[in-house]
Amino acid sequence: MSSPSTPAPRPPVIELTGVERSFGQVHALAGLDLSVPENRITVLLGPNGAGKTTAIRMITGALEPHAGTVRTFGLDPSRDGEEVRLRCGVVSAKPALYDRLSALDNLAYAAELYGLGRGPGVQDELRAAAARFGIDHALDQRVGGFSTGMKTRLALARSILHRPDLLLFDEPTSGLDPESSHAVLEMIREMTDDGRTVVMCTHLLLEAEGLADRVVVMEDGRDLVAGTPDELTRRYWPGTVVAVAAEDPASLDLAPNLPGVTRVERTADPRRRHLHLVGEDRVADVVTAMVRAGVRVTRVEPLEASLEDLYFAVRTKKAIADDGGRQLSTDGDRSADDATTDRHRQVATLTGWPDGRGRPRGATAPEEVRS
Amino acid sequence: MTAAHVPTTTEVPAPARRMSSWSRIGIVARSDMRQLLEDKGFWMPMVVLGAIFFVFIPTVLLLTITRIGNVEAVEQVSKTLEVLPEAAQAQIQGSTPEGRTAYALAVYLLAPVAIVVPLTISTAIGASTIVGERERGTGEFLAHSPAHVREIYLGKLIASLVPGYATTLVGFGCYSLVVNLLVGPEAGGWFFPTAQWWVLMLWVVPPFLAVTLSIVLRLSARVKSSAAAQQAAGLVTLPMIGIAYSQSTGALFGARASGLVIGLVAWIAAAVGLSRGVRAVSRSRLLGVDDQI
Repeated sequence: MSSPSTPAPRPPVIELTGVERSFGQVHALAGLDLSVPENRITVLLGPNGAGKTTAIRMITGALEPHAGTVRTFGLDPSRDGEEVRLRCGVVSAKPALYDRLSALDNLAYAAELYGLGRGPGVQDELRAAAARFGIDHALDQRVGGFSTGMKTRLALARSILHRPDLLLFDEPTSGLDPESSHAVLEMIREMTDDGRTVVMCTHLLLEAEGLADRVVVMEDGRDLVAGTPDELTRRYWPGTVVAVAAEDPASLDLAPNLPGVTRVERTADPRRRHLHLVGEDRVADVVTAMVRAGVRVTRVEPLEASLEDLYFAVRTKKAIADDGGRQLSTDGDRSADDATTDRHRQVATLTGWPDGRGRPRGATAPEEVRS
Repeated sequence: MTAAHVPTTTEVPAPARRMSSWSRIGIVARSDMRQLLEDKGFWMPMVVLGAIFFVFIPTVLLLTITRIGNVEAVEQVSKTLEVLPEAAQAQIQGSTPEGRTAYALAVYLLAPVAIVVPLTISTAIGASTIVGERERGTGEFLAHSPAHVREIYLGKLIASLVPGYATTLVGFGCYSLVVNLLVGPEAGGWFFPTAQWWVLMLWVVPPFLAVTLSIVLRLSARVKSSAAAQQAAGLVTLPMIGIAYSQSTGALFGARASGLVIGLVAWIAAAVGLSRGVRAVSRSRLLGVDDQI
């Protein structure tokens, strides 16, 4: 029973349970579980073919599941599709605009279809929505002549016309230049400020970074892992990584023997090392010990694992699990966890792990000093 | 225990709201027709086709018979009049052989024109209508929209039917003018359209269009590309034109009630065809992910 002072948790806006959907022999979704909280940006991450687009289509009822249950706003989209879709705004990977019509006519069509009507007040709303996305200057032009960025902005404007509670964006920055992508992502962020729930699909890790309140990593039609970026980072990187630099690089060779240090990696910069610590509380101890040992420390920088690190770690673990833990375990004696650790190291080699936002570009392959 | 908050349909925020099915059908149809109007490459051939069948060919034929007095042409057409039913022959007006020939030509022999033009135009539109949404990616927008697939289907049917039928009505008006101006003086005044032609245009042609389009739209929902849809639609349309051609001729030649009966049968066929055609459209087909595409 809920305590009177504790508000009951609000149910998720979207809840998919064991959802399966096939297209011929292809299993697009193979038991997807997905829960999307209200008023948050949930990012579906995954490679092409992971099932992200199919998941979006399930949520609005555009496609029906072959197995499992879908609930959007507590409703079954297969049965209450109209009610669900009236409360959803969708921007698909292709902007899905009518090239022969003007931008204003495209907006007007959507407005009518969603029941807003055609009156002069609606025209004002259309222009206001277009202005919000910086496309109002081109409302009278045919969409066929628009750039990809303009089309995306128009599609975004169209998606909010009917003031939906839930916005579903399927790779909204696909084909955009970096500036336009940044602007679009800013707009998406603003929309949650208005109290909307956003679900965004992408395979671009950088664009999800900093935008996602919640991440769902998908592969082969399943959810591999879900949670807030912080939760997932803590789960996959329980320790702390600190970049340390010193005037005399040789003086850093003592680092593996310091208390709390589990591993030391060399970097491209010979004056720097990445120290893996058992916890954040050991940073001060390590620095103090180094200073006492005569090391002239010039830099101490905590590093955070990026979404990219997280993504590869999750997918790597999945690959190893699919392989029965044997993929990297050549001697047959080591456990899957050992193999996972090894694979993480391989990922680290590929990505410069733990790169984070402070990753030094061109970092060399990490060299394990002590494990 | 505090009840969990589950948003319900009663909380659908303004301004999005449910609307009547017919409103949405009209919206889909209007948008499709607007796109056709914006495409000069589409409606120009349509106008040319209508002009050729309803104005150019009748004008040349009727002028040849009534003004130029081409005896050989008159004789040839007169011979064909002998095969007409007696009831039809009895209705032919005109004081001269040229006048009677021109009258028969205008009222009976050019009737199939009224079928060929709308079927050709509407089939060309209908064939691309659903597969076109899929090819352009706009099917995704419709699939996620609140519109029911039945509303989308009927909207697209209307958008395919109206241009062809409107062209036919305008062409019919022009044809009436040409006939009355060229043949009227020979037949004792303006006589066209006759009662059978009204029945043909308002009662027989629309259901034939609907039947054909119900088949064409089903094809459009099932094929992979617009090109394939056009090819398949062509195969379907040819026999449909043949049937419509013969039935429309029968509607004119037969007793006055025959047109009404033919129209009634065509309307029943149209109702069956449309109800079955609705099932061919689905959101998965709009998205292009249906197993049967």
